Amino acid sequence: MAVKKYPVIWLQGAGCTGCSVSVLNAVSPRIQNLLLDELVPGHQLSLMFHATIMAGQGEPVIEVLKDTEENRKGGYILVVEGAIPTAEGGAYGSIGERAGKHLTIQQSVEELGKNAMLTIALGTCAAYGGIPAAKPNPTACKGVKTVFSEKGIETPVVNIPGCPVHPDWFVGTISVILFSGAQALDLDQLGRPKLFFGQLIHENCPRRADFDKGKFAQKLGELGCLYKLGCKGHYSYADCPLRQWNNGVSWCVKAGSPCLGCVEPEFPDGTSPIYEKITLEDMIWSKQ
Amino acid sequence: MVKTIIKIDPITRIEGHLAIEAVVDDGVVKEAKSAGTLFRGFEIILQGRDPRDANRLTQRICGVCPTAHATASALCLDEAFGLTDKIPNNAKLIRNLIFGSNFLQSHILHFYHLAALDYVDAAGAIGDVAPFVPRYEGDYRVTGEANAELVNHYVRALDIRRKCQEMLSIFGGKMPHNVGIVPGGVTEQLTEDKITNFLWRLNEIRDFIDNTYVPDVIAVAKAYSDYFEIGKGCKRLLAYGGFDLPAGQLFKSGVVSPDLQLESFAQENITEDVKHSWYADSTSGKNPAQGETKPEPNKKEAYSFIKSPRYSGKVCELGPLARMVSNYVQGDAVTKKLIDSVLSEFGAGVDALYSVLGRHAARALEAKLVADAMVDWLTALKPDEPTIVESQIPEQGEGAGLTEAPRGSLGHWMTVKDKKIARYQVITPTAWNASPKDDKDQPGAVEQAIIGTKVKDKDNPFELVRIVRAFDPCLACSVHLLDGRGIELGVFRVV
Repeated sequence: MAVKKYPVIWLQGAGCTGCSVSVLNAVSPRIQNLLLDELVPGHQLSLMFHATIMAGQGEPVIEVLKDTEENRKGGYILVVEGAIPTAEGGAYGSIGERAGKHLTIQQSVEELGKNAMLTIALGTCAAYGGIPAAKPNPTACKGVKTVFSEKGIETPVVNIPGCPVHPDWFVGTISVILFSGAQALDLDQLGRPKLFFGQLIHENCPRRADFDKGKFAQKLGELGCLYKLGCKGHYSYADCPLRQWNNGVSWCVKAGSPCLGCVEPEFPDGTSPIYEKITLEDMIWSKQ
Repeated sequence: MVKTIIKIDPITRIEGHLAIEAVVDDGVVKEAKSAGTLFRGFEIILQGRDPRDANRLTQRICGVCPTAHATASALCLDEAFGLTDKIPNNAKLIRNLIFGSNFLQSHILHFYHLAALDYVDAAGAIGDVAPFVPRYEGDYRVTGEANAELVNHYVRALDIRRKCQEMLSIFGGKMPHNVGIVPGGVTEQLTEDKITNFLWRLNEIRDFIDNTYVPDVIAVAKAYSDYFEIGKGCKRLLAYGGFDLPAGQLFKSGVVSPDLQLESFAQENITEDVKHSWYADSTSGKNPAQGETKPEPNKKEAYSFIKSPRYSGKVCELGPLARMVSNYVQGDAVTKKLIDSVLSEFGAGVDALYSVLGRHAARALEAKLVADAMVDWLTALKPDEPTIVESQIPEQGEGAGLTEAPRGSLGHWMTVKDKKIARYQVITPTAWNASPKDDKDQPGAVEQAIIGTKVKDKDNPFELVRIVRAFDPCLACSVHLLDGRGIELGVFRVV
């Protein structure tokens, strides 16, 4: 059977590489399967560009971008990690040098975005701006979808937020695309796959019974619901309590920490102070 | 003779973005520019926020070593909140176990997944497929079965580094970006089952370090032994000290001179020069506790957004090499045994450590030092004792959090006013190592390591990337500052 290969261009913008490191933590399939094997029978990813992983450097890797864009038009997946600095015409962030000039993040996301089959905005920075876009947003950082709509780029965007993203959310989204096609992704109004972001943290929280009984932790390190210590699980949509993190070892609330609301577009300004109670109304008003 | 400028942009397989420019004359590097231009928006974003949030937000400076920032930030907050001498022993040990797990994952990731592709012929074993091509061609010296085995270890190390993260999350909640380390201690409950669970995950990782990682570094060193002579650098080493224990620290603080004389470390001696950085000259030479950040992106002599941290005006190298030599000259028995065993394998003296291979060896041995110490920390835990003390945000306060990140000494400095962050300053180890020239025109540590290097093939300058990657640079959140027309500002050009 002929194997269908999906070239992947993975660009890193204003971010911390944490989403890449998190995807390295994928368990089943493992990262080596993602890189080298047919992820699903007959379908395989081909990671053409990833600054932290690829063997090459300098000019030859920058050429890979143009080659892929021109020769695989409409056939490659663009993954964007990190926000896009747009101040000064994108001048605050570059991914390398092309023809003696810096190739800005904004320019490369726009060029490669135009001709991609699909763009995945990986992590909260790429999806909604995240921490680089926090007040006072010194470099005018934006998420991919905002940049695309301002430039009239119509390539579909899937947001997979999280600070960082959970590896299963990435692998699971890719699985839908490879098995059934991108059109099969059922997204919420914030562009997230409902498969992973369809329920509130609060709905599935193991400390939910404590909330219902009114048993609240009064200080960090105590058992009980963390609502009064700033837990944002009552307005954050993700399956962390069911899936857990790092091969199911733990997750924020299990470790005694409030949920930070890191999958929401308001993170971090609307979800902080992190250790203070914030209601949904507080959060919505903080945006106005 | 023909002068050539070799410019490598991007330098990949590091954390963040870095460009290197080398002026090669008659095959030898005469000048080098480490143009890691960095815009630290974080310090601006932190102003006015709840001080406790710095503990979570500063981790997002770097997804490879976030726990280093969590640790420095927690120490900084402990001091500002008046808790430094109240931190329970359990909390110190659990913080170390969380941070130690990150150390191990970072060192293993660095050797196998960031550095090894410069020495190991992955495409030869796997095929000419992305992401293993394109690449520099030529100097791959390990062949056949030995090469195939190293490539297998590249793959196996992916599992081991993942397992380090899983071990971390037992107490840290998740990784990257743990939630367990907070001012006053740690949030997770300490129970015996977690200790045992942690121990057996750790044992698998220790087995890998002892029987795979350290032997692989030695095998690569035997094939590339000329790299004990390449990338010597400034030979002045600095360690702030790190991994606080109930008594003392695992990594001893100290400044080691090129002739191995030890001087005690005092943070007052740190200054940051800006003559060659895009900041106002009036801010040059200040200690970070009084540091100012006034960008001047059009400054003529500048070529980097990194300032030039110096110790008593001198260039220093930070990182595993610095820590291991500092421990060595201070007579730490475990460190001495580790270092001597590897040096004797090559019939070499301490001087061989100041090199590309010396840095890799120091990092591998340090992974063993930390992993073995983690067993002691685990067994010292007392489940019936506290893991956290309550903290209150003070109206006013100041704090400094100094620690040892995987890549070298890391410092956070904070001022609290009206219960909010008034000032937050971070100096990363890569700021020291990848710094530009200072006010006295002394090149930074990486630049010094490159200058004088013979480049055999200017189209495949293996020597340069091997030197740079041996430092394990981390330029997270680095952004190039260009002018509005997309033309880079102030990048150094030799004419």
